[in-house]
Amino acid sequence: MTNAIQLEGIEKRFGPVQANRGAGLQVAHGEIHALVGENGAGKSTLMRILAGLHAPDAGSMLVNGRDVTGWATSEAIAAGVGMVHQHFMLVPTLTVAENVVLGSEITKGLVLDRGAAERAVRELGKRTGLVVPPDRLVSELSVGEAQRVEILKTLYRGAKILILDEPTAVLSPPEVRELWAVLRSLRAEGGTVVLITHKLDEVIDVSDAITVMRQGATVTRMASAGATPQSIARAMVGRDVALALDAEYAGSTISGASATAPLLDVRNLTVSGTRRGNIVDNVSFSIAPGEILGIAGVEGNGQTELIEALSGLREARGLISLAGRDLIGDTVRERGDAGLSHIPEDRHERGLVLDYSIAENLILGQQHKFTSGPTIDGARVLAHARDLIARYDIRPPDPARAARALSGGNQQKIVVAREMARDFKVLLASQPTRGVDVGAIEFIHARLREARDQGKAVLLVSADLAEVLALADRVAVMYGGRFVAVLPRAEASPDVLGPYMTGAEHAA
Amino acid sequence: MSALNFLSQTLRIAVPYLLAAAGGVLSERAGLIGLTLEGYMLGGAFCAAAGSYAAGAAGMGAVAPWLGVLAAVLGGAALSMLYAASAIRFKADQIVVGIAVNLLAVGLTRFFLRLFFDSSSNSPRVPGFDVKGSGTGFVSLAHNPLVWIGVIMTPLVAWLLYRTPFGLRIRAVGEHPAAAASVGVPVVKVRYMAVALSGMIAGLGGAYLSLDQHQFTDGMTAGRGFIALAAIIFGRWNPLLAGLACLLFASAETLQIQLQGTQMIPSQFVEMIPYVLTIIALAGLVGRASAPAALGKTTTE
Repeated sequence: MTNAIQLEGIEKRFGPVQANRGAGLQVAHGEIHALVGENGAGKSTLMRILAGLHAPDAGSMLVNGRDVTGWATSEAIAAGVGMVHQHFMLVPTLTVAENVVLGSEITKGLVLDRGAAERAVRELGKRTGLVVPPDRLVSELSVGEAQRVEILKTLYRGAKILILDEPTAVLSPPEVRELWAVLRSLRAEGGTVVLITHKLDEVIDVSDAITVMRQGATVTRMASAGATPQSIARAMVGRDVALALDAEYAGSTISGASATAPLLDVRNLTVSGTRRGNIVDNVSFSIAPGEILGIAGVEGNGQTELIEALSGLREARGLISLAGRDLIGDTVRERGDAGLSHIPEDRHERGLVLDYSIAENLILGQQHKFTSGPTIDGARVLAHARDLIARYDIRPPDPARAARALSGGNQQKIVVAREMARDFKVLLASQPTRGVDVGAIEFIHARLREARDQGKAVLLVSADLAEVLALADRVAVMYGGRFVAVLPRAEASPDVLGPYMTGAEHAA
Repeated sequence: MSALNFLSQTLRIAVPYLLAAAGGVLSERAGLIGLTLEGYMLGGAFCAAAGSYAAGAAGMGAVAPWLGVLAAVLGGAALSMLYAASAIRFKADQIVVGIAVNLLAVGLTRFFLRLFFDSSSNSPRVPGFDVKGSGTGFVSLAHNPLVWIGVIMTPLVAWLLYRTPFGLRIRAVGEHPAAAASVGVPVVKVRYMAVALSGMIAGLGGAYLSLDQHQFTDGMTAGRGFIALAAIIFGRWNPLLAGLACLLFASAETLQIQLQGTQMIPSQFVEMIPYVLTIIALAGLVGRASAPAALGKTTTE
C-alpha cells in the first residue's frame, strides 16, 4: 500500500539559510505521525512545502502515490492536504463561518450563502466535536476555540491529511486532551495527521510513529511504542539532555530563607476588570531571596494580568514591595532600575522589537544605561551584544541580524539574556520556555535555577505544570484571579494541584 | 432658503464625496491607503471633460456626456493601476507613491489641458447631463444619472463588501493577507481588483464635477478626495457609515455657503466643521476607529 505522504531528498534554502537539506518523511494512511526537532531544524519549512506554501529547491513529493512536487496551496487543498499553522491564520474581524469558508465560499447566485456556511460549521462541529459558535467574531474567541476554527477550516476543505504545527503550545491541559480526542476520531475516520510538537511526552501519548529532524535533515524514524522522551530528545539534539519532566527536583535548601526579609512582598494586589469583577482579586504573597515561586493554573485566570500589574504595565491597587521599596505608581523603567526584571509571556508582543537587531533588542528598556552624552554608545552596545550572544549561545551570532530572522528559541534567548544580564533582585518569568525547543528549555531552566542560587527571587508563571514542578520551591495555583492554593513543592503533584486548577477545590 | 433647497444643495455637494468614499472603502479594506482618491478624481474630471468635448464636437449629442463618463472611469482606472503596480508589485511605500500619483494627476491634467485646449486654466464648455430649464433643485439633480449612481454606489459597495465572496476576500486580504493566502485566496489579484474598482468609482466622482460645471478647471477637485478619505475614517471603514459621513460633511459645507453674507457666525468656523469632525473621529471620540490591520503594509504574500 502506498504511503499517504512520501517526501524524499527535500532541499530548501532561504537566502543564506539552508532550512532543509535532504529531508524526508514517510507517513502511512490513517496514522498520527509526530515530527519533532529543535527550533530551526526545518520542520515547519518541510510542512509548508508539503502544504504548497513553498516550492522545494530539490527533492520529490508524493501524496497518495501521486507526484505533487512543488504544488501550489490551492492544489494541496484540492488534494485534501490542510495545514494548521503555529501562528493562527485567521482573520480576526471575520466571523467563524466566514473564516471557515474563505477562499471556498458557498454562493447563492452572486451572494455569499451565510446560512449554508454556518450550517456547514455546525454540522462539522457535531461530527468531530469541534464545537464553535459559527456567528461569533474570531477576535472574540479563546485560543482553544480559535484553534478549533483552524482545524474546521481544513476539514471543511475536505482535508484527509491534516498538518498541525505546534498545536498545543498555546493550549491548556484540558484543551490539549480535547485536541487529542479530535485527532483520534479523525484517524478513526481514515484521516492522516502530521503533528509538529516540542512536548515529547505528548508525542509518545498520541502518535503512532515519530520522525526526528535535526539541522534540516531527517535523523530517524521510529515507532512511538517503545520510544521514551529521553530517546527522542537524544535523537533531536544529538546528545543526552536533562528533561524538565524527569529532572530530579533540585531545590536549594531554603531553610534560612524564611528568616530573611522577602525580596518581593505583594499585599492585597487587585486589578479591576470589566463586568465580571476583578481580574486579579486580592492576591498576597511574598518571595524570599533564593526562592522560586511557581504559579500554576489554566491560562486566563489572571496570571497575565498579575505579571502586568507587577511589572507596571497595568494599573493595580495594593502593595508591591521590592526589597522594602513600594513600587505601586512607579513606571516600568523605575521598577526595572529598582531591580525588577521581566521575561514577558509573549516575546513578539512585548519581549522584542522584531525589526530591531539582536544588539538593539539586548538593550531594550536599558538604553538609558548605554549612552554617551545624548547618543547611544554603539561600541558599548556591540560589546554588550557580543558578550551576551556568546554567553547565551544565541544563533546566528550576528549582533546586526534582525530579531525577526531568528528561530523562536533564539528569540527567547535574547529576551532571557537581556533580562538576566541586568542588575536585578526579582525576576518575573512568564511562560519563559513557551514554543522553544528542548535544548533551549534546558538552558533557560538552568539560568532560572542559577538566579535562584544567587539569592534572587523568581516568580515563575507557566501553563506547563511540569515546568512549574521542575523549578519551583513553592507552588501557587491561580484560579479566577485568586491564589486558591499555595503549597511547598514537596506537597505539590499534578494529582494534588489538578482539582485546584479546574476550580473544583478551593482553599485559603 | 427653504429646507428643500438645503437638502438639494447638500446632495449636489455630496455626490462626488459619496463616489470617492465608496471607491476608497474598497481600496482601504483591501489594505491600500486611499490617499490617491484625490488624484483619481482629478484625472476622472479631466477625462470626462475631454471625452464629452470630443464626442460633442463629433456630433454625438446626448451620448457625449456618457462617453465622458466612460473616459473618466478609464482615467481613474489607469491612475489606480499605476498606484497598485507601485504599491503591490514593486512594494513601494503607499504614502509616498500615493502623493506621487496625486502630483502626477495634477501635472498630467495641466499638461493635457494645454495640449488639447491650449489653456492653463480651464477647458471650453462641454456637454453635460442637465436639462435646460430644470433649475438647480431636485428636478435638475434627478436628470443627472451620476447623482443616481452616486446615491446607489454606497449601498452597492456595502453589498459587495458584506454579501459577496469577492467582498469577503477583500476584507480578509486587508486584515490578514497571510491568512487569506493560506486558504488559496489570490491576495495580489484581489488587491489589484479592489484598487481598480476604487479608481473607477472615484473617477466617476470626478466626472460628476466637470460635467456638472460643463468644464474642467485646473485643480478643480480642491481636496475633495481627501475629504472623502476623512469620511471613510469617520465612518470607520464601513461604507454605509462613510456615506453618512459624506452627507454630514456636505451639509456642513452647504450650511457654510448659506451662512455666507449673513453675519451670524464667521464662515471660517463653519468651514472648519468637516475637518474638526475628522479630528474628533481620529482621536477616537466616536468609538474606536480600527483601520484594516494590513492597511498600508507591503506584503510578500
